[in-house]
Amino acid sequence: MADPLLDVRQLSRRFAAVDALKAVNFSVNAGEVHALIGPNGAGKTTFIHHVSGALQPDSGSVHLAGRDVTRLPMHARVRAGMARSYQITNVFPGLSALDNVALAVQGRADAGSSFRFWRPVRTETALFDEAAGHLEQVGLSTQKASLAGNLSHGEQRALELAMALATKPQLLLLDEPMAGTGPEESARMVELIEHLARHITILLVEHDMAAVFRLADRISVLVNGELVCTGTPEEVKSDAGVRRAYLGDHL
Amino acid sequence: MTQLILEQALNGLQFGLMLFLLAAGLTLVFGIMDCINLAHGSLYMVGAYFVAAAAQAADSFWIGLGAGVAGAAVLGLLLELSLFRQLYQRDHLSQVLATFALILIANEAVRMIWGPAPLMLNPPEALSGPVELPLFGDTFFYPAYRLVIIAFGLGVGGLLYLLVARSRVGMWVRAGAANREMTEALGINVRALFTAVFVFGAALCALAGGLLGPLLAVQVGMGESILILAFVVIIIGGIGSIRGALVGALIVGTVDTLGRALLPTLLRAALPADAASTLGPALASILIYLLMAAILFFKPQGLFPARA
Amino acid sequence: MAFYQAASWQKPALITFGIALLAMPAVLTSFDQAFYIGFATRVLIFALAASSLNLVLGFGGMVSLGHAAFLGAGAYAAAICQQAGINEALIAFPAAMAAAGLLALLVGAISLRTRGVYFIMITLAFAQMAYYLFVSARAWGGDDGLPLNGRMQFAGIPMSDDQTLYFVAFSAFTAAMLLFGRLADARFGRTLQAIRENETRMAALGYPVFRYRLLAFVLGGAFAGLAGALLANLTGLASPNLLQWTQSGTLLVMVIIGGVGYLYGGVVGAVVLLLLEESLVGVTEHWHIILGLLLLAIVLFAPKGVAALFRKRHG
Ligand SMILES: Nc1ncnc2c1ncn2[C@@H]1O[C@H](COP(=O)(O)OP(=O)(O)OP(=O)(O)O)[C@@H](O)[C@H]1O
Ligand SMILES: [Mg+2]
Repeated sequence: MADPLLDVRQLSRRFAAVDALKAVNFSVNAGEVHALIGPNGAGKTTFIHHVSGALQPDSGSVHLAGRDVTRLPMHARVRAGMARSYQITNVFPGLSALDNVALAVQGRADAGSSFRFWRPVRTETALFDEAAGHLEQVGLSTQKASLAGNLSHGEQRALELAMALATKPQLLLLDEPMAGTGPEESARMVELIEHLARHITILLVEHDMAAVFRLADRISVLVNGELVCTGTPEEVKSDAGVRRAYLGDHL
Repeated sequence: MTQLILEQALNGLQFGLMLFLLAAGLTLVFGIMDCINLAHGSLYMVGAYFVAAAAQAADSFWIGLGAGVAGAAVLGLLLELSLFRQLYQRDHLSQVLATFALILIANEAVRMIWGPAPLMLNPPEALSGPVELPLFGDTFFYPAYRLVIIAFGLGVGGLLYLLVARSRVGMWVRAGAANREMTEALGINVRALFTAVFVFGAALCALAGGLLGPLLAVQVGMGESILILAFVVIIIGGIGSIRGALVGALIVGTVDTLGRALLPTLLRAALPADAASTLGPALASILIYLLMAAILFFKPQGLFPARA
Repeated sequence: MAFYQAASWQKPALITFGIALLAMPAVLTSFDQAFYIGFATRVLIFALAASSLNLVLGFGGMVSLGHAAFLGAGAYAAAICQQAGINEALIAFPAAMAAAGLLALLVGAISLRTRGVYFIMITLAFAQMAYYLFVSARAWGGDDGLPLNGRMQFAGIPMSDDQTLYFVAFSAFTAAMLLFGRLADARFGRTLQAIRENETRMAALGYPVFRYRLLAFVLGGAFAGLAGALLANLTGLASPNLLQWTQSGTLLVMVIIGGVGYLYGGVVGAVVLLLLEESLVGVTEHWHIILGLLLLAIVLFAPKGVAALFRKRHG
């Protein structure tokens, strides 16, 4: 079998008194949607932080497409093909939706250097055309000119996703993209992710079980910083340990 | 040579301890409230003026010192209640601007009240001479007054250290520096705590200013150069850490003093005379900053970061 | 925040303003007030210095309290050039910018690894180090500073005439403002402003944040160096006082009262502060106390941060 696109080995991290991650082994194969689920405080966001490079592990390694990126800073990992969305919406509220995405496009290596000092960005139509395309993809084409801070919560989640997409990632890390959105917006987001999954590999953290079981090729369960089980949705559903530790009440 | 080194080492210790008195209050203000206070040096200056004026009026150094420290504490209280309370929630830029304004006001006010000439502050009569200290069977003379400063510094510094490191109030202060929101959530009145810390810091400033007064001139602008040294202490030690302030102050005090005294001699031994005489003073005066840069390079948070 | 954008009235206003500045020496001379040309030159130079800090502070969000070090480094570099026999400003001024920029590179490379209160203190400490370095450098005059042996020449034209120096300062100022204005609107400026707002988000979009910050810091330092070289020519002296931390504080005050993050904030602040000084100094020798109270009032009555006062006005 080919090497996984993302390969995390023996990742550990301790915060003061909390063992947030305990020797986690986790991989995402190219082309799949791998969901990471677990109760609140299990360490899912912490895990994403370590994969994306926002935090450094105490021990263990992160490999992207066979390359060790454990010591790479966040921006270099993005350039290497990994993009993330945030659980808590993290956009530039004072900028228009289009400007937000254009900023993401501009950050990409193949969009040219950002050490340019003379030409007004306004005149770089290619940047904005592409950004508009990404907004359309997430269903925000009517909101291009709105300030990000004025968008509804669900629209901000979509914008967050458009920004991640604009970096043209191989691997997309989504931290609870449905968090706090209404049922309609959720449904749209599920459809969107399903569509994206055809050409992007996705690591999905999500509490919405219906969405997880519909989208995921594989599911891993994290409990108290420990990976207790990985398998197909069917296997995870029937895993006794998982039922006891986590899913018991839901199924 | 041994005599010189020993004398300079004691001078360095004395200077370091005084720096600690200044930096201790400052590092807590920075650490707990995330507030930058450029006017801390002005409290030191005003404190020294209070001490000098009171000592002249009472014709006693010790009464002057007590009155001056009390006066600075009251001034600190007024400042905290009227101005700093409002500054804590503001951005750093506003804090810089406001405390820079305070420096301008303090310097000018002192000039208006006491005039532009330095104020004389004499050490107590009994301490004005040197004392004889034993040194490897030999003897060695050291100014009595400086010894008293060292004793004071050790006493107050030790007390402060115990207070912060061991007492309940100290525990709150340390907790406040490490995580302010959490400390507040646990029901500690951080606001009152901070007023206390600020007032205490002002009193320590005046104490250092008063004690150093007979050695350095009590004059306008004396607060600024020492403020920057206190900053270096805090940068080296780590913001919000009393232990860091103590270690940083001793490092800065001794390295600076010994560097100035010994470096030119050492360089003369190693380099041609004219190169040594140009390089020596320059290098000695920036030694602590180079040290700071080196420490920062390896430990950007300082030696003892309060926030892990 | 939104990205900086020039207001529509700005261009005509600037052209009018520029013409007025160009005509000023002739007008002053005809009214027998040629004495003020020197003052106007000083204002232009400080407007340049404050604007260079505004690039760092307003656009880059870095509260640097050591900008005067670069001003001083530029002044000394110019004086040292002259000492070495280079009297041509077209060589000496770029050299001053390079020297100041290099110093900024060193200071920035270490201090930009830190944030917040730490950054403020460290920039201050490094500036103080530069100050002591120049004070103790006997070859460069130590405490007294390094005097210039008359003003330099610009493209062969001596600047000994006040008007010539004024026009050189005006050109440097105009060129710098033009560059800053373009830069703010170009990719680099947008990147810088976005980093000021949310550096983690920018890193998560693939931007090497540190490099952009550092370059802005170096650019700011270089243009402060240019201002310093002009100042040395104006006063005939590269003085260690230029590096004093109160000078850094003054530049900061200029930017803040003029409006942080507004392209012309530094200019407005320099004009206001120097005019204030010029008019108050005559009234009382204790004018600093008035300035201090004024600054306190600005802080206390603009509770959302000083810049908000200006934001509101610009909508
Ligand atoms: N910076 C930090 N310092 C100390 N403890 C932390 C830190 N970040 C996270 N933790 C702790 O690590 C554990 C895991 O937190 P994390 O946010 O990763 O959980 P999560 O699985 O994402 O939860 P949720 O489903 O609520 O988003 C928690 O106990 C949390 O309190
Ligand atoms: Mg989470």
